[in-house]
Amino acid sequence: MTLVAATLRGAEQPAQASGTEASADAPRERFATPDGGARRLGDVVLAVEGVCLAFGGLKALEDIAFDVREHEVRAIIGPNGAGKSSLINCINGVYAPQHGTITLRGELLRRASPRHAAARGVARTFQNLALFQGMSVLDNVMAGRSLRMKSNLLQQAFRLGPALREEIAHREAVERIIDFLEIQAHRKTPVGRLPYGLQKRVDLARALAMEPTILLLDEPMAGMNVEEKQDMCRFILDVNDEFGTTIVLIEHDMGVVMDLSDRVVVLDHGRLIADGPPDAVRADPEVIRAYLGVGH
Amino acid sequence: MGFFLETVFGGLMAGMLYALVALGFVLIFKASGVFNFAQGAMVLFAALAMARLSEAFPAWLHVGPVLANVLAFVVTALAMVAIAWAIERFALRGLVNQPPIALLMATLGIAYFLDGAGQLLFGSATYKIDVGLPKEPLFVLERFFPGGVLLNQEDLVAALVAAALVTGLALFFQRTRTGRALRAVADDHQAAQSVGIPLARMWVIVWSVGGFVALVAGVIWGSKLGVQFSISQVALKALPVVILGGLTSVPGAIVGGLVIGVGETLSEVYVGPSVGGGIANWFAYVLALAFLLVRPQGLFGDRIIDRV
Repeated sequence: MTLVAATLRGAEQPAQASGTEASADAPRERFATPDGGARRLGDVVLAVEGVCLAFGGLKALEDIAFDVREHEVRAIIGPNGAGKSSLINCINGVYAPQHGTITLRGELLRRASPRHAAARGVARTFQNLALFQGMSVLDNVMAGRSLRMKSNLLQQAFRLGPALREEIAHREAVERIIDFLEIQAHRKTPVGRLPYGLQKRVDLARALAMEPTILLLDEPMAGMNVEEKQDMCRFILDVNDEFGTTIVLIEHDMGVVMDLSDRVVVLDHGRLIADGPPDAVRADPEVIRAYLGVGH
Repeated sequence: MGFFLETVFGGLMAGMLYALVALGFVLIFKASGVFNFAQGAMVLFAALAMARLSEAFPAWLHVGPVLANVLAFVVTALAMVAIAWAIERFALRGLVNQPPIALLMATLGIAYFLDGAGQLLFGSATYKIDVGLPKEPLFVLERFFPGGVLLNQEDLVAALVAAALVTGLALFFQRTRTGRALRAVADDHQAAQSVGIPLARMWVIVWSVGGFVALVAGVIWGSKLGVQFSISQVALKALPVVILGGLTSVPGAIVGGLVIGVGETLSEVYVGPSVGGGIANWFAYVLALAFLLVRPQGLFGDRIIDRV
């Protein structure tokens, strides 16, 4: 696994193997302290401040503020229609919030454009799969590296040295990710033919291939059976441990959220009603009211 | 037998031209998921520009006919890139993530615009393109048939050019990063954007390639039959070709073109006399119709299976 992490990053700077040795012993600790207290959470990577989003008269998000720290698994939960996906779409640049700011590593995300956000290191997966159905698993994941590949059209067209070397280096990195997520057997299969659970995994692989600063997972376990869910949980934790990827996760399954996340944001009707470690959030009366309703 | 072969060859050559136009359709469809109704208009525009420029350059720049042809080709190719850019900027950009029907209607508009603009700029008479393709007929297989089989050298060159073009494009799409990005854009705009693929640039590239294929088709067609408005109607003949070959398949466009070219010539020659002729006009469409019933994805197209 250490090798995986080393080479994944190593596509551009090959001599980095030593740096990952240290992190190899650290990760298991997090299972001993599920509240995440002992973990090496870093600085604030993503800060959302005063974000308001409305579609005409419908207020999807009202004055949302929270932050995400480096290496953290941050969950966003809430009933249907609470605005979870809208929030992720704002971070990802699909929607432009009317008010408020989104700051990534201290830099303001000014333009609402998914491509712009991707260039800044925001990767995401989709609630309803948005894979390139006609392409093989390998091509899908390779597409995730688009931003990292620099050769120009002419070099590619004539398969000149730089383009070829680039292709090989990135192919290597992609193969590591494919191994890591255990989809080797399906590398050449068109994605559209894979079962749903595997497609979700390819979606994750494609996002990982971007080597993102922050990874947004929009309901990664929706529609999965128990076994697939367990696999996906394992992968999310492993990704977080091995690559130190910061993860923002939308999920409905409360058990999953409590196990995976370091801190939880709770949304209801576009408002933020709670923010804190899983246990505190679970006990919050406001959250219980939002999820279970109140007796009249 | 010699006559039969001649008919088949003649059909193959006509089919090659259909295939070239169909190729433009398939490329743009594969890469941007847009059915480009403007492909015929692009062929017309490119052919008109090529014909008029190669006619005008010797007088303007005092260059020989060969150089004039080369210059005209380059200038027209650049013009097609400019058109591709303009189409992206003014027509497609506003339609990102919209349903395909919106894009389809936009290309219909582009088709009329290009038809008009081309004739406004370059005139609407019949023009010649002469790129110096060899014209003398060639007799082959004389050992086997009395008098041999008549082949048109011009057609042979055209076939070679088309084959080279197709091979090059197929490799480009399958083996390069940009090709992969183009296929990704075709599959899903939103996902492509979210992995950082620049949609705008990809569209300009694919429409430029479509424009270039239109130019090659226009030059070959024009030097064979002259440049006139009816060229843009060739696009209609390319529709059954893509239905036959499959909308998403480059080899399909080629095979489809050839099958229709040969089919229509053979039926015209052998069946035509007994029904009063005119078969070539509808043969392609009837064949396409039959295919839609039996094999709607075409010979080589991706079979669409939806999970329910």
